[in-house]
Amino acid sequence: MLVPSLMDGLLLGFVYGIAAMGLSLIWGVMDVINLAHGPIIALGMFGIYLGFTGLGLNPYLMLILVIGGGLLLGVLIYWVAVHRVINAPHLSTLLATFAVNMIIIGIATAIFTTSPRNVDFNLGGFPVGPITLPWTRILAALASVLVTALLYLFLYQTRPGKAIRAVSDNRAAAELMGIPTSWILALAFGLGTMLAAISGGLISTFFPFTILAGSSYELKSFVICVLGGLGNPLGALIGGLLLGALEGIIPAFMETSWVPVLEFVLFVLILLVRPQGLLGSKT
Amino acid sequence: MSQAPILQVQDVSKRFGGLQALAHITFDLPQGEILGLIGPNGAGKTTLFNCINGIYPPEEGRLVFQGQDITGLKPYHIARRGVARTHQIVQPLEELSVLENVMVGSCFGHEQRSLGESEGIADEVLGFVGLVERREQPAASLNVAQKKRLELARALAARPFLLLLDEVLAGLNPTEIAEMVEVVRQIRDRGVTILIIEHVMHALMNVSDRVIVLDYGEQIAEGTPGEVANDPKVIEAYLGDPKLAERLMGEE
Amino acid sequence: MKKQLRNPGLWLALAITAAFALWPALASNRAYARETSFTILKAVAFAASLNILLGFTGYVSFGHIVFLGLGGYVGFYLMDTFGLHLALAALAGGLSSAILAFLLGKAILRLRGAYFALATIGVNEAMRAFIKNFEPFGGPIGMTLNFGVYRAYGGPDQALWMAYIGTALLTIVVVLVSFLVKTSRFGLGLMAIRENEDAAEVMGVVAPNAKTWAYVLSAVFPGILGVLFFFKNGNIEPRDAFVLHQSIEGIVMVMLGGHGTVLGPILGAAAYQRLRGLLLVSPLFKNIQLAVAGVLLLIIILFIPAGAVGWLRTRFSRLRRVLV
Repeated sequence: MLVPSLMDGLLLGFVYGIAAMGLSLIWGVMDVINLAHGPIIALGMFGIYLGFTGLGLNPYLMLILVIGGGLLLGVLIYWVAVHRVINAPHLSTLLATFAVNMIIIGIATAIFTTSPRNVDFNLGGFPVGPITLPWTRILAALASVLVTALLYLFLYQTRPGKAIRAVSDNRAAAELMGIPTSWILALAFGLGTMLAAISGGLISTFFPFTILAGSSYELKSFVICVLGGLGNPLGALIGGLLLGALEGIIPAFMETSWVPVLEFVLFVLILLVRPQGLLGSKT
Repeated sequence: MSQAPILQVQDVSKRFGGLQALAHITFDLPQGEILGLIGPNGAGKTTLFNCINGIYPPEEGRLVFQGQDITGLKPYHIARRGVARTHQIVQPLEELSVLENVMVGSCFGHEQRSLGESEGIADEVLGFVGLVERREQPAASLNVAQKKRLELARALAARPFLLLLDEVLAGLNPTEIAEMVEVVRQIRDRGVTILIIEHVMHALMNVSDRVIVLDYGEQIAEGTPGEVANDPKVIEAYLGDPKLAERLMGEE
Repeated sequence: MKKQLRNPGLWLALAITAAFALWPALASNRAYARETSFTILKAVAFAASLNILLGFTGYVSFGHIVFLGLGGYVGFYLMDTFGLHLALAALAGGLSSAILAFLLGKAILRLRGAYFALATIGVNEAMRAFIKNFEPFGGPIGMTLNFGVYRAYGGPDQALWMAYIGTALLTIVVVLVSFLVKTSRFGLGLMAIRENEDAAEVMGVVAPNAKTWAYVLSAVFPGILGVLFFFKNGNIEPRDAFVLHQSIEGIVMVMLGGHGTVLGPILGAAAYQRLRGLLLVSPLFKNIQLAVAGVLLLIIILFIPAGAVGWLRTRFSRLRRVLV
């Protein structure tokens, strides 16, 4: 009972990790907590859904379109909503991204309504000893690892990636060195939303969802970021695995409905006890 | 000068990671004195202020104010005992008016005045530092020199026994410096003891009764301005400038 | 105190609030007008309470709705199980929210900026998840008042008017308290914390205590409000009591009117509720009212961050005496 539930949790944890990585990247580079994260996750889900049910496209093929769309959407959101208040107090960016949240949810609810959808896609299972793991989850976990690896390659081996790290490190100095910081911030925001869209797309291959489903993954992303350290992509993946494992283990000891209680109590406690330690060096 | 010192700094040390910011600093500050604190950049002067007014506690040593141990107390506790300070980098409460800024000092300083009383005190202090016409302006709209005066006004409105002045002259032109030095003297004449950090040497040397020199967190000299300016260790700390004494004591 | 009461800004704020409160007495369809006014007054009371923390102290509480939900639950439980009178239940609700804020204040108010905002979200979500599992409060189903309870107040209609009058009085008290805080020594300390907490401490403001009391004050009224609201509603469920979205709408109202002013949250709350009502009625915007509200919020944040009252105060300095 414990082992399969733990395996499920861990596989899911990879995908949580990707969602949290998006939040974490944006926070780390520009000190913005993106409250539009949840709706973008939901858009990722609907992207796969529309491609699959509308055009009959394979979900993993459709994911490529979702990746491109997520990136562009993020860059757009940055220029429209974030750029003007990037140096204002935290409240401004929190509310600006929340306004984007309202806009996306408002429009998407009008189009899609809030009725539940699912991507009816099944690849069968992979037997591991006495248990069977669904292929969709295994592929989602593998895709998450691949995305993380590519993100690291991008950040450490390419010019724009290095520029993102420079801007994250010291925006003023980067500007003086001739880096177009605003475009780099827009790119980083785009990458963050792209990761959110990918996680949504992957989740849609095994869970049913509504247009509002993103918000619970957004909240999980907050918990993970605090677990793994805000602004630290690899930490987000590890935090995701931790949360996934937790969600796998807790039901063995108590009712599933207690899982969120523990998650959020843990979240607040970590914020209190190790605000610098687990949140990285930025305060 | 025979009465008990208002502030005793006893063997105070503070580290930041591997950096020894303060090492065994010890001195007494008698009531009514102006004590200057000098030293090259990074010598630990502002760190010492931060220890005295409770921004962070020293790792070793004791701070005694008016005969009572204040080591490890929070800034607001120390403020309420009658210590006020200005900041090297001005810290105005930007969206509040100049008057409100100064009233905060008076309301929450050691006299704990009411709002009504504070307004009177604030007006008086603003007159003293020459900002009274700007009382309704938001603090953010002041220029640097005016913000420095505002810092001073806020500290004075608390009616402190001990005033810590951190580079109140920096960034001012010669006329403004002369005015500010006069203001500092007048504050002392009202019975306030002053510990002052300053880079504008001739001004500091003129206004101080005694001077302490810090270098890399160590207390390398102490004495009257004349003694300190001729101290070989001090000259060495200032890059071995043999003309230092003349520079320090010279030009008004 | 006397000088404070002579301030025309106070009377303007109270007059506007009273006008909202008295409108149903003059309207032709009184029950309908009462419902409209109830929504507006609830928003005003919530926004003005939130403003004590957000506007005066500069701490952004994203999960402030937790106080409305918790207070509502405690009061509701006392009325439902022990038949406690609405007035006493309302006080108990306020008290429980105040206690929660006091305990939380000692802990999470140490966090600054976005970390505090995140922690408040965590607290709200933890509370909702906990109440869902808490059987005495009805777990995930919540509680429903049985009809007999209304009989003690002379029938449902009387009971609804009573809840309304309670809410109106509460709103007036919140506005008055908010004004008194803003023009007091305590309020000056809070605003010093908002502008620069470290500098405020150096000047002697005991920031940990001041922040905690501001938090308690901003929590007690939503607690009372929750009891009045859910009493009127007749039932309470976890998913209605701790809606994160409503917290954020509260922030939007404060920002719209002008944070840190007394009048701002009143006008902001009323305007936001009116706008929402209009959008919901209009066939064109019915489905995308949320998106329209989002666009509006974005415009405010990007172009008039001080809010309407804040903008007027900067633009026309002569109005400052009236627009507190």
